[in-house]
Amino acid sequence: MDKQDFPLIFEHSKYGRTSYSLPELDVPEVDLEDELDDSYIRTEAPELPEVSELQIIRHYTALSTRNHGVDSGFYPLGSCTMKYNPKMNETVARMEGFSHIHPYQEPETVQGAMKMMYDLQTSLAEITGMHQVTLQPAAGAQGEWTGLMMIRAFHEANGDRKRTKVIVPDSAHGTNPASATVAGFDAVTVKSNERGTVDLEDLKRVVGEDTAALMLTNPNTLGLFEENIVEMAAIVHEAGGKLYYDGANLNAIMGYARPGDMGFDVVHLNLHKTFTGPHGGGGPGSGPVGVTEELARFLPKPALVERNGSYVFDDDLPDSIGRVKPYYGNFGINLRAYTYIRTMGAEGLKKISEFAVLNANYMMRRLQTEFDLPYTQHCKHEFVLSGKRQKKLGVRTLDIAKRLLDFGYHPPTIYFPLNVEEALMVEPTETESKETLDGFIDTMIQISNEAKEDPEIVQEAPHTTVVKRMDETTAARKPILRYIKE
Amino acid sequence: MEFRYLPMTEEDKQEMLKTIGIESTDDLFSDVPPQIRFNGSLNIKEPTSEPQLLQELSSLSKQNVNLKSHASFLGAGVYDHYIPSIVDHVISRSEFYTAYTPYQPEISQGELQAIFEFQTMICELTGMDVANSSMYDGPTALAEAANLSASQTKRNKILVAETVHPESRQVIHSYAKGPGLEVIEIRQKDGVIDLEALRAEIDDQTAGVIVQYPNFFGQIEPLQEVQQLLETEKAMFIVSSNPLALGYLTPPASFGADIVVGDTQVFGIPAQFGGPHCGYFATTKKLMRKVPGRLVGQTTDEEGRRGFVLTLQAREQHIRRDKATSNICSNQALNALASSVAMSSLGKQGIKKMAWLNMQKARYLKKKLEERGIPVVYQGPFFNELVIDLQRPITEINQLLLPKGFIGGFDLGKCYSQLSGHMLIAVTEIRSKEEIDNFVKEVGDIHG
Repeated sequence: MDKQDFPLIFEHSKYGRTSYSLPELDVPEVDLEDELDDSYIRTEAPELPEVSELQIIRHYTALSTRNHGVDSGFYPLGSCTMKYNPKMNETVARMEGFSHIHPYQEPETVQGAMKMMYDLQTSLAEITGMHQVTLQPAAGAQGEWTGLMMIRAFHEANGDRKRTKVIVPDSAHGTNPASATVAGFDAVTVKSNERGTVDLEDLKRVVGEDTAALMLTNPNTLGLFEENIVEMAAIVHEAGGKLYYDGANLNAIMGYARPGDMGFDVVHLNLHKTFTGPHGGGGPGSGPVGVTEELARFLPKPALVERNGSYVFDDDLPDSIGRVKPYYGNFGINLRAYTYIRTMGAEGLKKISEFAVLNANYMMRRLQTEFDLPYTQHCKHEFVLSGKRQKKLGVRTLDIAKRLLDFGYHPPTIYFPLNVEEALMVEPTETESKETLDGFIDTMIQISNEAKEDPEIVQEAPHTTVVKRMDETTAARKPILRYIKE
Repeated sequence: MEFRYLPMTEEDKQEMLKTIGIESTDDLFSDVPPQIRFNGSLNIKEPTSEPQLLQELSSLSKQNVNLKSHASFLGAGVYDHYIPSIVDHVISRSEFYTAYTPYQPEISQGELQAIFEFQTMICELTGMDVANSSMYDGPTALAEAANLSASQTKRNKILVAETVHPESRQVIHSYAKGPGLEVIEIRQKDGVIDLEALRAEIDDQTAGVIVQYPNFFGQIEPLQEVQQLLETEKAMFIVSSNPLALGYLTPPASFGADIVVGDTQVFGIPAQFGGPHCGYFATTKKLMRKVPGRLVGQTTDEEGRRGFVLTLQAREQHIRRDKATSNICSNQALNALASSVAMSSLGKQGIKKMAWLNMQKARYLKKKLEERGIPVVYQGPFFNELVIDLQRPITEINQLLLPKGFIGGFDLGKCYSQLSGHMLIAVTEIRSKEEIDNFVKEVGDIHG
């Protein structure tokens, strides 16, 4: 460790120091070595840190100050819906009757938990316009795969084995084609048109009797509503394919439109986005999946159903794709989402989308004077700028992002979607005040001016963070993935 | 109705509409075709105020019997362990829990370093070279390991011991459908994998062999013998392991494991009805560039300071898209953090002591049960769980135990037809002698 390096927990370690508090053995001790073969008894202790409780607290507190969350400041990270995470949700999730229940308790001892789950899946079905919802998938990507496996099971049940292709737009999130592959399909790309939405002619070209499904985010990753969705649904359905809705962007349309009404057959939701999960620094998330009545028999098992006023897990589902995750999904995250939905109600959910969309459009219109805006129609909850103009001045989108760090902002998503050069994808969310939006806009304009007048200050940013730009090339070329005691 | 999470005032709204150049927010939705516009009101419950909702959810939570109100002997993959108070304090730091994936390293060093430390701790416990930033949970990590073994060996057959957690096996079957793998279950003998059955199935098409250590019945699998069997066929050795047990047991790496996975729920994560927990995935240096999920690596910044970044991202879905071998995008960062804090709190000595306490208590429980005439079915070396034969529907027994203050064990008949009337029971360091004595007495009285 260099003296300017921030220490690792292992570097605080000192032989003999402890921080645990375990009960003393209150039963007669037996000699374990009598029972176990020597080769199964560990000889070398794992090098876990030997630190005091205060050292642990100081270490992690210091680490937390080296981290930016929504509570630290504005986080307009496109496609991630970094909205405020209500504290009440955390209080509810820590209630003993929710946090300390075992998945294998007899169902009659956990009816309260099952009622919450049942209400949540019913509410999500209503919000999305779907027939039935499973809460089992752990996250959005697992929801995608679950949905595709159901579509696969549907085609197979029809004896239709030639449907090997899943169509994804060129603007799609990387999980879409990856999920298609993992589910055993080949991913095929459909192009976007000059308005940033799916090119209908190209869709007609790629769709066919080998089409299993079209995966779509609506609004799409450019933040634009796929206004031809009705025609698209017809094209895919007429060809015998199914429509898959990636719910990453549901925050834009709650109470205004429902995927089920648009013609989607399967929908996944990201409860850690739209429904305040929270994100947890990368997870855990939760990715419930809703389906039409036609596909309901393929849902993962067990299904949570109500029978004669009590809740049961039904495992007797012969057509189910099986289990996708142990137990019943990420209950703790689902509980937070439920608390949020109950707080907001139908009226609140619609207002969420109204303000998410208003905020994004306001920012887009104010920023379009300084930055290229490739698609000029109204956006939904997010929009994508291009840093082309600044690039000509030698300032790249990456530099703009790094410069924003100096002002205490988390930058927008950059270089995504792939079909926009030097992309900057901004998603303000509905929980930010106008003052915050204005502050960010002013800063973006200031950075744009800096790019013209003093590009170095942007190119060399950040100037104020605890570390400067990292050497990512060496990190990948000579990976150091763990600490080794010197 | 007022909504405390929505800060815009009417004045703000009007100014913003003016800037955009529209009359009303409805204009922003004019691109939604009329025939699919939702014009009604969603049929969900009315918005509820904080005090009312807290009261309602609190009473809902109280309808659930829980691991703090009752002494639990239920394990089967999810355990009631000591959680140091500091764990919840650390994970309640909102800089951690309200952050996204650390894509901007300059303002994410806290999370990145915490993950790097987690990776290190998992390597230490398992003995493996490399561990990732975490997976959804143990069973899905195991299923990913199975699929990885197939793509790595270009073989198609996965052998999984029947003594692996039943839900893990179910998830393996589901995950195997995509790449079209053949999953064959190897029967058990005396509570561990039947080595003869394994020998009969293993061949040059076997991609991976999966065992659990300790296994679903709590028994310690003969890893040495399994390793010898698969060496000749060069199949990959995949071990699912309770990381707490590795505080006392020889790590799987010492038996030549290629991939070690499991769940760190045992370290600082409450049961919470089965999730979220936290999977871990550890492997050899050779497979480093094939690992699913995120990896954090150490590097330096422009001024030579040590720092951390997400690395080897060329493996991941957002770069490889349809060429990716896993679609995993998130990890369980916050739960990995909880486990790191718990592991730091236990430390080098505490982890051994905690594992040892579990083993001691389990042996006391076994002795007591046998003294009371309740047959303990498997007699091999074990960790903290055992199987008893009660010859009576387990649900019935659990119903009788409940008013006595106990959450009884797992009904093995649900997953193993030959084990109906058998209960899997777990004991951890927090079960007292008195609770164990009383539990045995009550089970004994029911058993007759």
